[in-house]
Amino acid sequence: MAAPKPESKFIELKPFTDEMVVNMGPQHPSTHGVLRLELKLDGEVVREAIPHIGYLHRCFEKHSENLSYPQIIPFTDRMDYIAAMNQNWGFCLAVEKLMAADEKKGFEVPERAEYLRVLICELNRIGSHLLSFGTYGMDIGAFTPFLYAFRDREKILLLFEKICGARLTYNYVRIGGVSRDMPPQFLDEVKEFIDYFEPKIDQYNSLLTDNEIFMERTTGVAVMDNAMAINYGITGPNLRGAGSQWDLRKDEPYSIYDRFDFDVAYGKEIPEIGAVLGDCWNRYKVRMDEMKESVRIIRQILEGDIPDGPIMAEMKAVRPPKGEIFFRSEAPRGELGFYIVSDGTPKPVRVRAKSPCFTALSALQELSRGLMVADIIAIIGSIDIVMGEVDR
Amino acid sequence: MTPQEIYTRLKGEFGESILSFEETVVDPFIVVAPESIADVGRYLAEGEALVFDFLMCLSGVDLSVKAEDLEVVYHLYSMTHRHNVVLKVIVHKENPRVPTVENIWKTANWHERETFDLYGIVFDGHSDLKRILLPDDWEGHPLRKDYKEPDFYRSMRVPY
Amino acid sequence: MLPVFQQFVQNPFPEFFAQAGSENLSQLVLEFLRSHVPFLATLPDPVLQLIAMLAVCVIFVAVVPLLPLFLVLAERKVSAHIQDRVGPMRVGPHGVLQTLADGVKLIFKEDHIPRQGDKILFIVAPYIIFACSFAVFAAIPFGKSILVSNLNIGIFYIMAISSVVVIGVIMAGWASNSKWSLLGALRSAAQIVSYEIPIGLSILAVVMLVESLKMQDIVMNQGGLGILSWIVFRTPFTFIAFFVFFISAIAEVNRTPFDLPEAESELVAGFHTEYSGMRFALFFIAEYANMFAVSAIAATLFLGGWKGIIPGYEFLGGTPGFVIKTMLLVFVMMWIRWTLPRLRVDQLMNLCWKYLIPISFFNILGIGIWVLIFQNDRNPAHIGISLLIIILGIIGAYLVLGKRSSQSPAPRASSA
Repeated sequence: MAAPKPESKFIELKPFTDEMVVNMGPQHPSTHGVLRLELKLDGEVVREAIPHIGYLHRCFEKHSENLSYPQIIPFTDRMDYIAAMNQNWGFCLAVEKLMAADEKKGFEVPERAEYLRVLICELNRIGSHLLSFGTYGMDIGAFTPFLYAFRDREKILLLFEKICGARLTYNYVRIGGVSRDMPPQFLDEVKEFIDYFEPKIDQYNSLLTDNEIFMERTTGVAVMDNAMAINYGITGPNLRGAGSQWDLRKDEPYSIYDRFDFDVAYGKEIPEIGAVLGDCWNRYKVRMDEMKESVRIIRQILEGDIPDGPIMAEMKAVRPPKGEIFFRSEAPRGELGFYIVSDGTPKPVRVRAKSPCFTALSALQELSRGLMVADIIAIIGSIDIVMGEVDR
Repeated sequence: MTPQEIYTRLKGEFGESILSFEETVVDPFIVVAPESIADVGRYLAEGEALVFDFLMCLSGVDLSVKAEDLEVVYHLYSMTHRHNVVLKVIVHKENPRVPTVENIWKTANWHERETFDLYGIVFDGHSDLKRILLPDDWEGHPLRKDYKEPDFYRSMRVPY
Repeated sequence: MLPVFQQFVQNPFPEFFAQAGSENLSQLVLEFLRSHVPFLATLPDPVLQLIAMLAVCVIFVAVVPLLPLFLVLAERKVSAHIQDRVGPMRVGPHGVLQTLADGVKLIFKEDHIPRQGDKILFIVAPYIIFACSFAVFAAIPFGKSILVSNLNIGIFYIMAISSVVVIGVIMAGWASNSKWSLLGALRSAAQIVSYEIPIGLSILAVVMLVESLKMQDIVMNQGGLGILSWIVFRTPFTFIAFFVFFISAIAEVNRTPFDLPEAESELVAGFHTEYSGMRFALFFIAEYANMFAVSAIAATLFLGGWKGIIPGYEFLGGTPGFVIKTMLLVFVMMWIRWTLPRLRVDQLMNLCWKYLIPISFFNILGIGIWVLIFQNDRNPAHIGISLLIIILGIIGAYLVLGKRSSQSPAPRASSA
């Protein structure tokens, strides 16, 4: 029998709000693909945001086990389709390094091919960051930067179309070189684009980066400090936004990056505008600065001489020796690692792609706690994920 | 530190738990007994002059149809000292269980979920071990070499 | 019987809706009917008045929806040119018929009602919003006699009617049975209710100066000295009040940077997520009608209404002048929309409660003092003082606030 209630003249009013569970995605305008977030909301405040992924899982790793090495390259295109050149290159670098372990099978990638790879991948980096800039503006509510970004990205895609015939999935960088040489006048067109594009970056900075409302929305939001970023395995612009100056192109130079003079863009504390290391604004700003650095690298390629010669190494067949390798390269979204296990046959035993977006997304749950719905959008945009790469 | 030095140091610290050291491959790796991987990981992450604060990759491997073993490979890197090491854990296919390293490197959380999803390796002590890429009601672990895809998934034909 | 009816037609609610003055649209029509349509002139006066009023209603209902039709096209063209593209070009020359085509498409679309939603509320909501945003036009003076009714509480009526819109928004959000819609509706409720206050207070500033709630009186008060007699320049406080009003008006009609109720990147489409077809079109039309309405109110209250720029000349005066002023404000709204990002919900409330409302209260105090000292005599000397203060104020504000920029700190250190 229940104990009698203590008598009270007054009805005690306890303000009580129910937790609202909202499914954000998989079809949502600003989840950048098919990401589903399970939001537990207290009014506008997010108690917890749980990411659910896998809607774009296309079994890259399973496919790879049944394909020969050159056949895998088109599949890497489809991982991060925004920066497919860098994905191609990352895979090829890993295979080349694995083959170099055997003196008989090892080969040198021709100089000309290396220059072409750097040129094209830096262009792709600009294209990727442009897309990130545009969509981030749109996430925050400014529609116009999006169209400006696409206008300029279109010019890059036209260049790619000229060099490899494709606009999205290039399959251009191959094991041992590149698939075809550049057409005549290509360098002039690249120069024309670079000359056109460089002043545009400042224009975009004044349009969006320095916008009062934009700064209000992004500075100091979702701060991910350096230690947390490293603990979460976050790389690329997201890590550099936290103040680290870690860039594989500089710290472990692969290919011919050691020949170019460029700075690593990294986040800064700017009290005037309230920017803190590792907030959304810094993560975003690093990308804007990185575009300038990419322009610098491309200028150096254009001003220097691209050596003549073959664009493909001489080799019999792609058949790496028995062994395993983990190689990472600096893709626009962070360090793209490929772990390849070979048993000496033309097909790999295991190909594992370590995607930077995957790790970046895993930090979302911790980043978003206690923020508002609108901030979730700001975070997703600032960590710049491509679902194709998250789900693979 | 080179992998050889790290191996000697680990051997001195953990003795029998460090099973072997493979040097002949491109990336040398240290094989660790499954039950002690979490301790080894914590030692590597916090040990003096080691400071492996960055887990680059965590992957499961199944070498062949005939083999009885699954591997879990840990690629570690130290941002402070700029050196790397590869750890390997070999478990039996029947009951693959490995202690989680999620408490040491948070990035392991999702990587372990993915390895569980695709290989069926259970990570003991993991906070939220469930499928991540595949649907929750999927049967089997597709990256195992002996995996046979089901004929039907929710009355949809799978092989095409 | 007849006198009562006549009384009712002339003055349905004698307490509030006194038909003051002879100049409004129905009387214009009445005179036209009397003098140009002989066979109607023989009818008794009340019947004729009834016909005149119905005619005005028909004109009103037929003409006003054309505005959104034009504004939608204008917005698409303006946004296109801001974004370095050309906008709709296919339907008609330069795509002028595009909105018409869209409208036809929307009419033929499936009218979808969520199965678990509240059906009645779902159907009623768009009509409430539509009706309210059009009822506002009844009190807006487009010209000396182009006005449906010169209510003696004109501006008060406009405020009252336009706040009913929020009920429709909440109904739509609730009835949709969608969490996104509900979030959008609640955001909208909080936003509109909050921003009513600075709007009301800045209108009060004007009313204090003019000493009348009648729209036509407010316009009449701004004549004589052309642009100098516009209320916006008359005192420094009304100058501030104009900007407070305009900012709040943008929030009131849910446009960027205050478009949180329908923030497409956050809430999909906010309170009208679940609407389709013609019901969606009603929301759409209402939004643009609202936009025009608040611009027209701003033009009437602060920018001289249908009074001209240069004293003595009808240049930029009359109905065309009024429409040009309104369209200019509408254009500024579009310009802002396609340039600025969106605020967060707490920042939106901060802006309202911590900045706009205190500023408005300060304004009211200031206006009171100003009227005490200078009276409202439209003396050029007083307007001169006011202009001087405004210019000094702008320069001062620029020097104090300056421009925050990420580029200002020292150039990036080279890491190489």
